[in-house]
Formats: sequence, structure tokens, C-alpha cells
Amino acid sequence: MKEALTQSAFFGVVLSLICYEIGLWCKEKLKIAIANPLLIAVLLIVAILLLFNIDYDSYNEGASYISMLLTPATVSLAIPLYRQLSLLKKYPGAIFGGIAAGVVTAMVSIFLLSFAFGLNHQQYVTLLPKSITTAIGMGVSDKMGGIVTITVVSICITGILGNICAETVCKIFKIEEPIAKGLAIGTGAHAMGTAKAMEMGEVEGAMSSLSIVVAGIMTVVSVSLFANLI
Amino acid sequence: MKYVKQFAVILSISLIAELMEYLIPIPVAASIYGLVLMLIGLITKLIPLEKVEGAADFLVEIMPILFIPSTVGIMASADALKEMLIPLCVICVVTTILIMAVTGKVSQGIIRRGAGRSRNMRGSRK
Repeated sequence: MKEALTQSAFFGVVLSLICYEIGLWCKEKLKIAIANPLLIAVLLIVAILLLFNIDYDSYNEGASYISMLLTPATVSLAIPLYRQLSLLKKYPGAIFGGIAAGVVTAMVSIFLLSFAFGLNHQQYVTLLPKSITTAIGMGVSDKMGGIVTITVVSICITGILGNICAETVCKIFKIEEPIAKGLAIGTGAHAMGTAKAMEMGEVEGAMSSLSIVVAGIMTVVSVSLFANLI
Repeated sequence: MKYVKQFAVILSISLIAELMEYLIPIPVAASIYGLVLMLIGLITKLIPLEKVEGAADFLVEIMPILFIPSTVGIMASADALKEMLIPLCVICVVTTILIMAVTGKVSQGIIRRGAGRSRNMRGSRK
């Protein structure tokens, strides 16, 4: 019975979808940033697999059909970016200047802290893409020889943190312009931060979602310069 | 049938992107090539927005679900995670706040400098 169930290609897919639905439900009910649907779904699935002694490979046999859509989904990120192109043309200096400063800050600070903690090359490149959207970050980590799953975990933690502390950070550092707020949140905390930016206002939301892709692409370029420092 | 065509366009770009990943000897993932190709296609109007919009919006919307299988793979790297858990948490907290502050400050500076300059120009014209 268990064999027949777990050997079906639908097992992994169905389990993933149901757990994500539960995650969405929790998010609706709890309305706190830590109740992130992706995080809840992953924890649930890991618990279920461990509880019933099902190994990752038999889950992933079916679930990998879901992962297959990741490349076309990342390609599709071009569509929201294209829609915001008019914004990009309106404030090119603030957008490119601000995001570039953020990306360089990310690279330098991650390098310095990794060095201080004595991390090895693999651990260091695992963390380098931690502030960008998962779709792009996974590819960066994989290409540089990082541990992709840990990259995803660090991206999740970053997103949740960014979502929680975005307003406080803007207040402390006196970031008052809506455009600057949006850019800061999108560059620092990708899509999960953007959810917060959208609550703050339309301009903040648009700027934040624009920063996701721009920061992602800038990071791809700069990671290749920083990856071999450790 | 509309969606079939839209998916065909997006998947074709993904296919070309994977070919580029194989042929170009720099460490860039296929999805990035695809993203840039799609953006160029849209800007040059080679790919009209309405020919990809529906399927693309669907894929972007379900994106978090697509990360589930690989993240569950954390089961296999639990030891590696334990080894770097403290640095990971510290780095996440410190850099996230730092990146937000720097990005916000720099872009705000650029916006306000621009605004100041245009005010001055208006002033000198008077």
C-alpha cells in the first residue's frame, strides 16, 4: 500500500500542492510574516517524509516535475519587468544607482562576514545570493558550487526578516521617499519583502518588484567577481 | 488554444536558454539567459506582450510552489546546515538591514539631488 502510494509520480506533486494550500491557509489565518506558505509547506513535507520513513528520492521522483517549471517561470519574470519599464526610464539614476549600491553592499558584507566566520568556499558561495529572488539565487548557487538547498533557506530567512523589519529600517535610517523605500525593500528582501512594500503603497510596491529582477541580474554579474575571494 | 501557444513561446525560449548555458563557458544559469532573451524579445516587439502574458502571469504566480521540491532537499543537507547555522543567521540579519539602508539612502540621495537641481533651475529662470 505504502509502496504503491509513494511510487506513483503523483505522490510528490499532490503532497507538495496540499502542503502549500495548508501554508496559504495558515498565512490567511495568522497574518504574520513568519507564516510563510513556502516555509510551512517545506516543514510539513519534511515532517511527513520523516514520520512515514519515506526517502527524499521517492518524493522527488514525482515532485521534480514541479521543479521542471522553474526555468520557464524565471523566464516569465521578464513580463512584470517589461510592464515596469516606463518607471525604469523615468528614474534611471535612482534605480540603477540605488540597486547597484545595494548589490555591492551585499557582496562586500557577505564576503567580510564569511571571512570573519572562517567559512569555506562552498559555504561562502552558498550565502552570496541570499538577498535575491529564489529563482535566480538557486541558479547562482548551483553554478558556483554552493549548496542550493541552504541557499534557498537563507533566501527564505532574508525575505521573512526583510518583511518584518522593513518599516523599522526605513524609519531608523530616515528613508522617506516612496521610491527609495521600494528600492530598498526589493533589493534587500526580494519577493517576500515586496509583499510588505505593496502594503505600504503603490509606488513602493512597483519599485520593489522592479528591484527584484534588476538586483537579481546585477548579482549574477557581480557574484562572478566575488566568488573566488574565499 | 491560446495558452498552448503562449507556453510554446516560453518553453522555446527556455530551450534556447539551456542550449546557451551549454555552449557559453561562463557560470550563468539557463534561466538568466532566458529572462534576458525574453526581455529583449518584448522590448524589440519581436514577442508581443499579449502572446505570452497569460501563461507568464500564471507561472510567476505559482512560483513559490516550484521551490518546494528542492527546498525539501534540505533533509539531505541537514548536517551541512547545522555546521553553518550561526554564521548563516548572523549574515542574514546583518546584511539584510545593511543592504536596505544603503540602497534606500543612495537612491533617496540621488532623487533629492535631482529634485534640488530642477528647483534651482526653475529658480534661476525667474
